[in-house]
Amino acid sequence: MTALSPRRILLTLAGPVLALLVAFVVTSLVLVAVGDPVGDVWSSLLSKPLPRQMVNIVNAASVFYLSAIAVAIGFRMNLFNIGVDGQYRVAVFAAAVFAGQAWLPGILNVIVAILIAILCGGLWAGIAAWLKVKRGVSEVISTIMLNAIATGLVSWLLGKVRDTSGSGSNVTNTKEIPDSSKLEGLALVPGAANKVYTLILLAAVVGFLYWFVLGKTRFGYDLRATGMSETAAVASGVKVPRMVVSAMLLSGGVAGLVGMPLLFGQDFSYGTTFQAGLGFSGIAIALLGRNNPVGIAFAALLWAYLEQQSNGLQIKADVSPELVNIIQGVILFAVVIAYELIRRADIRLEQARVARELAAQRGSAPVEEGAQA
Amino acid sequence: MSAAGLSVGVQTAPAAPPTKRRHLSPGRIALYAAGVVLVISVLRVVTGANDIASSGAIAAAIGLAVPIGLAGLGGLWSERAGVVNIGLEGMMILGTWGAAFCAIEWGAWAGIIGGIIGGVVGGVIHAVATVVFGVDHIVSGVALNIIGAGLAKYLAARFFTGMQGGGPTQSPPLPNLPTVSLPGISDALGELEQKHIFFISDLAGIIRGLVTNVSVLTIIAVLLFVATAWILWRSAFGLRLRSCGESPVAAESLGINVYKYKFLAVLVSGGLAGLGGGFLALVAANVYRDGQTGGRGYIGLAAMIFGNWRPGGLMAGAGLFGYTDAIQLRGGGATVHALLLLLAVLLLAIGIWQIVRNKRMVQGGLAIVTAVLTGIWYAVTETVPSELVGITPYLTTLLVLAFASQRLRMPAADGQVYRKGEGH
Repeated sequence: MTALSPRRILLTLAGPVLALLVAFVVTSLVLVAVGDPVGDVWSSLLSKPLPRQMVNIVNAASVFYLSAIAVAIGFRMNLFNIGVDGQYRVAVFAAAVFAGQAWLPGILNVIVAILIAILCGGLWAGIAAWLKVKRGVSEVISTIMLNAIATGLVSWLLGKVRDTSGSGSNVTNTKEIPDSSKLEGLALVPGAANKVYTLILLAAVVGFLYWFVLGKTRFGYDLRATGMSETAAVASGVKVPRMVVSAMLLSGGVAGLVGMPLLFGQDFSYGTTFQAGLGFSGIAIALLGRNNPVGIAFAALLWAYLEQQSNGLQIKADVSPELVNIIQGVILFAVVIAYELIRRADIRLEQARVARELAAQRGSAPVEEGAQA
Repeated sequence: MSAAGLSVGVQTAPAAPPTKRRHLSPGRIALYAAGVVLVISVLRVVTGANDIASSGAIAAAIGLAVPIGLAGLGGLWSERAGVVNIGLEGMMILGTWGAAFCAIEWGAWAGIIGGIIGGVVGGVIHAVATVVFGVDHIVSGVALNIIGAGLAKYLAARFFTGMQGGGPTQSPPLPNLPTVSLPGISDALGELEQKHIFFISDLAGIIRGLVTNVSVLTIIAVLLFVATAWILWRSAFGLRLRSCGESPVAAESLGINVYKYKFLAVLVSGGLAGLGGGFLALVAANVYRDGQTGGRGYIGLAAMIFGNWRPGGLMAGAGLFGYTDAIQLRGGGATVHALLLLLAVLLLAIGIWQIVRNKRMVQGGLAIVTAVLTGIWYAVTETVPSELVGITPYLTTLLVLAFASQRLRMPAADGQVYRKGEGH
């Protein structure tokens, strides 16, 4: 397998480009069928974002990125962690409760809270890992169940620990973190009043570690080998149950980080309005980015761009912003279908190439082989 | 990324062929049912939670069990043909919108058709992706859930805004479907129920709940259950369909067009899930609302797994989950609290049985410890918080999977991508 032949680069890029085209066509067809203004919708969606909106896009992308990396860790070894949703919910709740107590000063409070989030996300994913290894329960089913259980559990606990010091009894969030622990943000985009989350650095670090650990270490090699061929991995001495547990714990730990940029950069507490459903976006983004740390970054930016630009749809084109979910869904379908078709085409081309080379070899040295046949 | 996932190197021994098929005769079913009623009566008398078997609770439970059951039935069709379907939620959502739209335009009966069509649209997408293009089943399901939710909300905002009583996230009130009651019997049973006589009143309450103001869609759902059981397990068509889920290569070698059967199964699956969504809009709420399904597609999937990929078990699972849902909605923290006692006693019995009969000390001990903890919980509290009641279906499924996964048997080729002519 040559790493970067022109054919491979072309085939790799063909998928996402095709998917975007298909999404454009299908969405336009839906708009026409329903009778909405197609032109207004696209000019609104494709207009250049203002500096303030660019900041929002980068911020949303950093959160999506963490979620997608969490999912991708599982994907690399054939594990389907649908439970990122529940894992980050449990983790951010625990971190918010801890940070709200303000037992530690300033940045130390943030660091310990982040460690707690990693621990809680990992433990919640660990339940699914234990069930899979010890009881043979599919992680797909168990994580779906654990998502729902996390939702119920956290909303019950939130009722117990909600902040009652402030105004009235209808407060539905944890105690706000102290001012010294609020991260102010980075002024990366010129001309924007708002700032990029400081914890975007966390996303960058996680992305680097993902690339390094999975690509450059023995552990990562074993993990990928298990994902590609379990039997081959077992034959080379990999203990698959142990790998399942470590991969799931890692995935859950990263999932625990998903809520951190939001908690320390925007919400400052956990409440009923905390952004939900990030885990499912993560699945889509990981697939779109083909589990590649750079690819996922682009996919996360695309997702964030669409979400941000959808806000203007209602005003500019009188179309529900939910239209963006249709576009995202179609992109996802188109991209996985395109990857599947490309994979098959790739195999066919590879076979043809090998056959050609073999034929050429045979042509140059016509020995007894021909007689045998 | 196959839906079948890793086998974790565990060699699962093929289940021993059942020596004798347990066949439930009508008499035995009646006996079991009487036993359940007896237990419930005892529980009611001991704890004083009168809502536990009231006709109101039973009627509400049925109303909530039907959509879960229909979604699960949809899952059953598709998974029996070997296609994992976690897109049930998306199909249900499309069904809610389809039902509401058609009911407003052409009346309540058209709403039923609309729900089915909405679900079938989702089924077509899932079938094209998984069967025709060989995309991973879970991936397709996740994408379908995203599209389904987006499409329904978008269409709702487009069509229901500006209607009388409607808005961007809600439809106007929908026309009613007729309901059926057994005349005379219903009232007599109601009087009997009010007297709170041991066993008799409980039985009366349950029967009254079953025969009073039953929606026609509930009756249709029950008929669909019977039809599914017959088609899938008693007809040549069903045998072929199930063979595609057990071993598509073997089916192919017998001349079965596997693609056709899988495609059809996923379409039926979508239709049933869509009907489940339609029930929510037409009967349960009488209105379309964004996010109305509330994860019931996933609960349907859970009910199907709980029921071991069989219609009877699925029905029991849907009934159980519907019941817990109903109790929660009726503000029945006290009723669930009563059920805690039952759970504690059951766990105690299981624990003792495991230790005495199976010599499984760890599992038995675990069960007894949990039983004692549950008992303490019962003793020191008055009610169970509604958030925790809401997670009961999921927790039950997780426990069933954890403790009985060796007894569960899903279709052998479930979730595997099949390509024609590639079986070697």
